[in-house]
Amino acid sequence: MDANRIKKDFQVFEDETLCYLDSAASSLKPDRVVDALIDYNKKYGVNVHRGVYNLSYVATEKYEGARQIIADFIHASFEEVIFTRGASSALNMVALSYGMNEVNKGDEILVSELEHHSHLLPWQQVAKAKGAKLVYVPLTKEGRITIGHVKKVLSEKTKVVALTHTSNVMGYVTPIKEIIQLAHEVGAVVSVDAAQSVPHQRIDVKDLDADFLAFSGHKMLGPTGIGVLYGKKKLLKDMAPVEYGGDMIDSVEKFASEVKDAPYKFETGTPPIGEAIALGEAVRYLEELGLDNIAAHERELRAYTIERMSEIEGITIYNPCVETGIITFNIDGVHPHDAVTYFDGDNVCMRAGHHCAQLVTRWLDVVATLRISFYVYNTYEDADQFLASLKGAVAFFKSVGF
Amino acid sequence: MNNMENLYRQVIMDHYKNPRHKGLVNDEHYHTSHIKNPTCGDDITIQSRVEDGIVKDIRHEGTGCSICCSSASVMSEVLIGKTVEEATAILENYLNMLTNKDFDEEVELEDAIAYSGVRKFPARIKCASIAWKAFEDTLKESE
Repeated sequence: MDANRIKKDFQVFEDETLCYLDSAASSLKPDRVVDALIDYNKKYGVNVHRGVYNLSYVATEKYEGARQIIADFIHASFEEVIFTRGASSALNMVALSYGMNEVNKGDEILVSELEHHSHLLPWQQVAKAKGAKLVYVPLTKEGRITIGHVKKVLSEKTKVVALTHTSNVMGYVTPIKEIIQLAHEVGAVVSVDAAQSVPHQRIDVKDLDADFLAFSGHKMLGPTGIGVLYGKKKLLKDMAPVEYGGDMIDSVEKFASEVKDAPYKFETGTPPIGEAIALGEAVRYLEELGLDNIAAHERELRAYTIERMSEIEGITIYNPCVETGIITFNIDGVHPHDAVTYFDGDNVCMRAGHHCAQLVTRWLDVVATLRISFYVYNTYEDADQFLASLKGAVAFFKSVGF
Repeated sequence: MNNMENLYRQVIMDHYKNPRHKGLVNDEHYHTSHIKNPTCGDDITIQSRVEDGIVKDIRHEGTGCSICCSSASVMSEVLIGKTVEEATAILENYLNMLTNKDFDEEVELEDAIAYSGVRKFPARIKCASIAWKAFEDTLKESE
């Protein structure tokens, strides 16, 4: 994969000094995705499913076309793809609709300390409201969720398994296919947070046999404000909407109403139309690049970078054996917020903090961490720029007395 | 290239390594305010004791970056012994200085002037102001 050529597809890289290593938080957007968003707003910026005029027909075709593109992308059926505000709102929808109705007193919900807050707090709420028990899958010494550790806590009481596919802090990939199979054996339903995996590896929801799987547009070259919830048809069929209102009803009477079938019963009001269409464009772009090529490219950059980082004294890497493009580390004795200001001075963008996953930061027994993450547009030059800045940072903080 | 030296002045590093007035007290004469910055994990508690319109003592405790932790220490050194009016004036001037607003150069910021470099690092203004904002809260409580 020629990342130097890919960079040309992104206007933001007209700034040649920019070293963007925060794609796990939000990826940059290629011009053609931005153009798709602008095109909608400029040329056919009208509502979907409503107007009986040509322009509305065009908008509806494009919006539903994007749904089909995304369904094909993850090997789902058209009606199993629900557009949401993002992964957070998709994961909340699973907890609020499925969780609040199907989980009962005494049931157990399996989660992990690797979960992003958006996949933990909704289940905390379900557990509290329904008198269910949150059970944490113990992590390995390295910080991984393994099949063996899931087996230790999985039981007939388990009603829901809510786990991340790829940790946004540690970058580890959960053996989710095998876990889903085990969960199904005890009759549990599995919610997968795939926000960090769908942008970086091929996902086949049918092969995984996932019950629910959520991801965000803005982490996969798409716009903000759009995400996807995949749900199995037979589960969505019996689930109640979370929000009621326009566009999601079949017929309305004074005291009762009929809602539409999935996915529409979960898409109340005017959806983010341009954003959905632009996400469809992002998926086409990703498919042109090839998800396997993307994963291989990130693995190479990670291996190159970790090898050179481990030669630098005075830093700690928390996930040296990671298989994805996420590297989490600290400069010893330097708070990540101090460190990140130094990197910023070199136009190297990375994340500092607890990455919306306070439990794993606590598990690492640190106040916060630095994180770099690679994506399609990152080059070996980016890795070198980061490594030079890292060396500079270590020397600088030492010189001022840290 | 980097102009980090503007940020990490000697005074700041000195207070970061050797914080003054650190540690909280269990004393009802003190007013306490706890501020958290959840995005970066800065977590600061400030206590102040005001008697006869004078700031008699300031204590601080918490975790955070060097800018955040040192500023609590510098603030305690600068403000202890000042009248509430003087302390309030310094506080306002300090916060205005950080945010590039007009400020009264007649008001002596003492060592807190070391944080003037923060202006050039907008992402760090919050770090430098969190302790002072917590102190402001304790003053409001003691009114």
